[in-house]
Amino acid sequence: MKIKVNGKEREINGSSISLAELLKREKVENPEMVSVQLNNEFVDKVKLAGVYLKQADEVDFLYFMGGGSLNGSV
Amino acid sequence: MSLSEEQIDRYSRHIILSDVGVEGQEKILSGKVLIIGAGGLGAPAALYLAAAGVGTIGLVDDGLVELSNLQRQVIHFTPDVGKPKVLSAKEKIAEINPEVKVTTYQERAYSGNIAKIIQDYDFIIDGTDNFPAKFLINDACVLGAKPFSHGGILRFEGQAMTYLPKEACYRCIFGAPPPKNAVPTCSQAGILGAVAGMLGTIQAAEALRFLIAKGELLVNRLLIFDALRMSFRQVTFKRNPHCPICGENPSIKQLIDEELPACDLKKK
Ligand SMILES: [Zn+2]
Repeated sequence: MKIKVNGKEREINGSSISLAELLKREKVENPEMVSVQLNNEFVDKVKLAGVYLKQADEVDFLYFMGGGSLNGSV
Repeated sequence: MSLSEEQIDRYSRHIILSDVGVEGQEKILSGKVLIIGAGGLGAPAALYLAAAGVGTIGLVDDGLVELSNLQRQVIHFTPDVGKPKVLSAKEKIAEINPEVKVTTYQERAYSGNIAKIIQDYDFIIDGTDNFPAKFLINDACVLGAKPFSHGGILRFEGQAMTYLPKEACYRCIFGAPPPKNAVPTCSQAGILGAVAGMLGTIQAAEALRFLIAKGELLVNRLLIFDALRMSFRQVTFKRNPHCPICGENPSIKQLIDEELPACDLKKK
């Protein structure tokens, strides 16, 4: 099946996979640092393993970004 | 308000823009923008807002200029090392544009002072580098019904979104700060100076477009760019019914200070 991840097409071969598995395959090192949107709805982090992808789903990973410095302002 | 000849000259490149004009420039001149964090994002934002003639610029920062800031915090110069950042920034703004009124708050924004500080401003720019401050600014702006620009940077990447009252907020996307042990340590982080400049400039453009009420702000969408590949994309989203501050059953009803992860490179 074909899905879109961060706007780019991905082919998932074989049976459907969960969002948690997709995060692994997309090499998201640190799932705690990402907010996941499936077809424009945010998915609760605790539910990632239970939500399975279907044809034409669109997934976006939104990363936490703070700053690069030590204290105060960026 | 009517523009003086000197103002018509100074702001002529704005005024000839059909979406700005004399009317838009007058809105900018009477606008009040608060910049929280006079660093990598706040510095370029302050420079452009001052040059644009924003009537009042507020600056919140409790820090002193350090040598390692100068790589990206372009409003501070080498002789400013050791000087309070808000003072250093105020001096440069006065040189760029003496018309701008600058109000400085040499303090760290926290739950006890932020609501009062933001009250006097039309638009707030988040130029902070840490998640507790980012969530605090969001919460104060949602509870106080103030528009603000979120900006986040990491290494070569940046993200920006703008909050307007009744639209999606920062917590709609991110809920709560990431667990402390998940945040990249300072030694893994870092930032290309020009990337901070790109983002701070985007934030200044949001503030100016808000003031002149033209175009489409980054509302209900997150602009994400990767300056290593120089690629931009945007992700649209909508208000999250489970959002802890603007959702259907909000759990946050007053300002809180989220915990700041400990991080000090100098101790390494
Ligand atoms: Zn929200």
